Amino acid sequence: MTNSFGEFARARMFVVIGSNMTEAHPVAATFVKNAVARGARLMVVDPRRHALVDHAHWHIPIRVGSDIAFLNAVMQVLIAEELYDKAFVASCTTGFEDLRAKVAGYPPERAAAICGVTPEAIREAAREMAAVKPAMLCYTLGITEHTCGRNNVVTVANLQMLLGNMGVECGGVNPLRGQNNVQGACDMGALPNVFPGYQPVVNAEARAKFEAAWNVPHLPEKPGLMIPQMMEGLVSKKIRAFYIFGENLAGTEPDIRKVEHELAAAEFLICQDIFPTETTRFAHVVLPAAAWSENDGTFTNSERRVSRVRTASAPPGVAQPNWWIFREIARRLGHTWAADSAQALWDDEIAVLAPALAGIRYHRLEGDGLQWPCTREDHPGTCVLHKDGDFTCGRGKFTPVDWTPPAEESCSEYPLVLSTGRRLAHYHTRTQTGRCEGMNAILGEETADISPLDAADLGIADGERIRVRSRRGQVEVKAKVSPRMPRGLVWMAFHFREANANWLTNPAFDPVTLTAEYKACAVRIEKTG
Amino acid sequence: MAADVFTLNGRETPFTPGQTILEAAGAAGVRIPTLCHLEGTLPTGACRICVVEVEGARTLLAACTTPAAAGMQVHTESPRVVAARKTILELLLASGNHNCAAVAGDGARWTDFQLRVAQTEKTADLCPAWGDCRLQELAFQYQVHAGTYAPPDAGPDLEDVNPMIVRDLSRCILCGRCVKACNEVQVNKAISFGYRGSRTRIVAAGDRPLIESDCVFCGECVQACPVGALVERKAGYAWRPWKAERIRTTCPYCGVGCQQWLHVQDGKIVKVTGVEEAAPNRGRLCVKGRFGYDFIYSPDRLRTPLIREGEDFREASWDEALDLVAERLKAVIAAHGPDAVAGVSCARSINEDSYQMQKLFRAAIGTNNIDHCART
Ligand code: SF4
Ligand code: SF4
Ligand code: SF4
Repeated sequence: MTNSFGEFARARMFVVIGSNMTEAHPVAATFVKNAVARGARLMVVDPRRHALVDHAHWHIPIRVGSDIAFLNAVMQVLIAEELYDKAFVASCTTGFEDLRAKVAGYPPERAAAICGVTPEAIREAAREMAAVKPAMLCYTLGITEHTCGRNNVVTVANLQMLLGNMGVECGGVNPLRGQNNVQGACDMGALPNVFPGYQPVVNAEARAKFEAAWNVPHLPEKPGLMIPQMMEGLVSKKIRAFYIFGENLAGTEPDIRKVEHELAAAEFLICQDIFPTETTRFAHVVLPAAAWSENDGTFTNSERRVSRVRTASAPPGVAQPNWWIFREIARRLGHTWAADSAQALWDDEIAVLAPALAGIRYHRLEGDGLQWPCTREDHPGTCVLHKDGDFTCGRGKFTPVDWTPPAEESCSEYPLVLSTGRRLAHYHTRTQTGRCEGMNAILGEETADISPLDAADLGIADGERIRVRSRRGQVEVKAKVSPRMPRGLVWMAFHFREANANWLTNPAFDPVTLTAEYKACAVRIEKTG
Repeated sequence: MAADVFTLNGRETPFTPGQTILEAAGAAGVRIPTLCHLEGTLPTGACRICVVEVEGARTLLAACTTPAAAGMQVHTESPRVVAARKTILELLLASGNHNCAAVAGDGARWTDFQLRVAQTEKTADLCPAWGDCRLQELAFQYQVHAGTYAPPDAGPDLEDVNPMIVRDLSRCILCGRCVKACNEVQVNKAISFGYRGSRTRIVAAGDRPLIESDCVFCGECVQACPVGALVERKAGYAWRPWKAERIRTTCPYCGVGCQQWLHVQDGKIVKVTGVEEAAPNRGRLCVKGRFGYDFIYSPDRLRTPLIREGEDFREASWDEALDLVAERLKAVIAAHGPDAVAGVSCARSINEDSYQMQKLFRAAIGTNNIDHCART
């Protein structure tokens, strides 16, 4: 997030796109609802009329995967009607002419046909967005989990720059991160192309710095593989040893059958986890780890806030902290590392090596933590990024892109679109929430949510068991007929093994980020009887 | 006298226009007791425990709704105020099943009452809020005994069918904090005041149990309830504040990063509450953050390293398992190069773990094949 949750309460307007906030980020949603109660405006762009829409002034139910067409058309209107922030565009951005040329190809009439809304709705949306400044734009995986996910992300940034909503309080581009520490895992360099602090592995200077710090003669310069490439490498034998730490890939990756085939092909699979999972079934060695609240450390939330995690109870059996396990393996590979606690890792290595974290030390994290960039020990941390148009590399650059349809569109054989996500009371494959007393009583089984119109067409009653089929698999699941669903859409989560949506999802990936298209694949539904 | 100054217990005290007596007194370090007041929501003046004496006013005034005014003379603990508070507390205590020592004034009657409560609640323990109850605290502070009014005859008013939350409205003092927490703080709009007059009670739509209502089990109402009317099911009678230690931490689920208090008793988390005033959540939690902690005590936890043997696993020591891992990694690196090894880190675990894993891959194995589910 360029901005912070603390600004939600004071914000004057929100544009929420592809984010089912009340279920996926419930506490963040409470601050949006508070702001609305105090007079803030709320526009929700989402195929589903999810619970946040109950509080919204406008709901624009665009079709799954039509975000770029919609946003480009909004920008076309902003430019044609001269509603954009000319001063900001002139002084803080580059590439405006390219953007103008690109979005000229998206008049509302054209986008309306792609998005399934009226041209007037698009015009009105553009005018309303321009009417209140600043506006906070929030998005979640509805933007990223597409084959055009990266292009979706740059398009929302284009919009906020065009509106002059960047670098100001209560504005900005605010992706709400799914997992508690996905921001931190990126910051720490658990990515194939960057060291901690986003220093590129292809950069010789960066390598030299880490070679010296880690006391090794040579660090690899070629960016590594991303998860889908690794998985395919298991079958092609490009990858011989695979180490999975804490992820239940056999439940969370698209097309479970394919994933299980890949995992079964692994020559040597190491799984490090707190529970046996669908994935550990394929392991050759399973290493038991300490869980949340069983060791000390830090998490970094969506607003870049580094907060402490503290020990409350002891891990079971001989389970050990994860960092200890990695250290022991390194030692057996001939590398002796000094840091023998999470605090030592942070204070002596992470803060020293990542410039944006240089001012953060454990002793400074006792209260509410610190938001990076925090570059010196007397730096208070940063709530709002790019303040006063100050982008990381000079001016903000418009990156105009074209709309592309999802990899798999509905057809006569698979006439509906399946989109997926999380539900409130559970988390991912339920390895944790499924083992918390009471959670299964709140939500005990998966449903396929469908619209009353589709239900009527197919003669399906609420609560009836149905079969959902895609080109990759099928599941049997209870139908939930909901007026919140638009015609043509089926919605499911991946919390329950038997009815996990990932038996159906399409392993098609964004070409740049290799994020899978969890949000759109073609399915059909049928009665089981 | 200067503008924006009033007299509080004989002392000149500044205030900002618009501030209530309660807020101005709080800013000056003078605590006025409250029951129904909930930070960040509209005051209602319902419980009247915050009454103060304002010279020249005919009646006592509720400090939470009365704005401070220049020249006002306010007494927060005058004999009239204390007498009024005592009466309020006595009535509140006598209004429900408040089976704690605060009502133990009259031995015989109390024993009968306690036995009756114990029977219906199937435990000999005192109220689960014992030690963490504003009413009890105030009863002790104002030395109130329940002798004046008879304990109630009404039995418990227990709603025990919900996951996560037990409601016993026989202990409800109708302060309305839960209603504000649900409607104004979390804006879930699941509960409200229902019925009228002496039958007034807090209800979900249609007076149905929470599990059949719009309740999303965020537990904000439980955190707001000043008495034992709303209690965490899992903490129940087990949690006792004087036995528990409070440890601050960060929620393990989503990217909001809510700040939690872990209430730890005998080495185990027995309940979780939000850290009031803390960024980013200001005391709020959702169902996962508040009630999703006990997975760590599941008997399914991995307790020891495991090594595959045919279709099964056998238990192994750390040395054996780690030696095997190192040997196999060395063999793969020797035969196929370091890029034949790949790893996936965990987006739910601490920063230090991800740092250490990428360091293992880059520095010790010699490959950049390290990723995590960054985009999902
Ligand atoms: S748990 Fe949350 S939603 Fe349910 S009644 Fe309490 S405050 Fe309202
Ligand atoms: S349930 Fe608790 S918070 Fe709600 S009105 Fe009764 S005493 Fe107050
Ligand atoms: S309490 Fe809920 S909203 Fe807050 S971090 Fe945890 S899961 Fe997210």
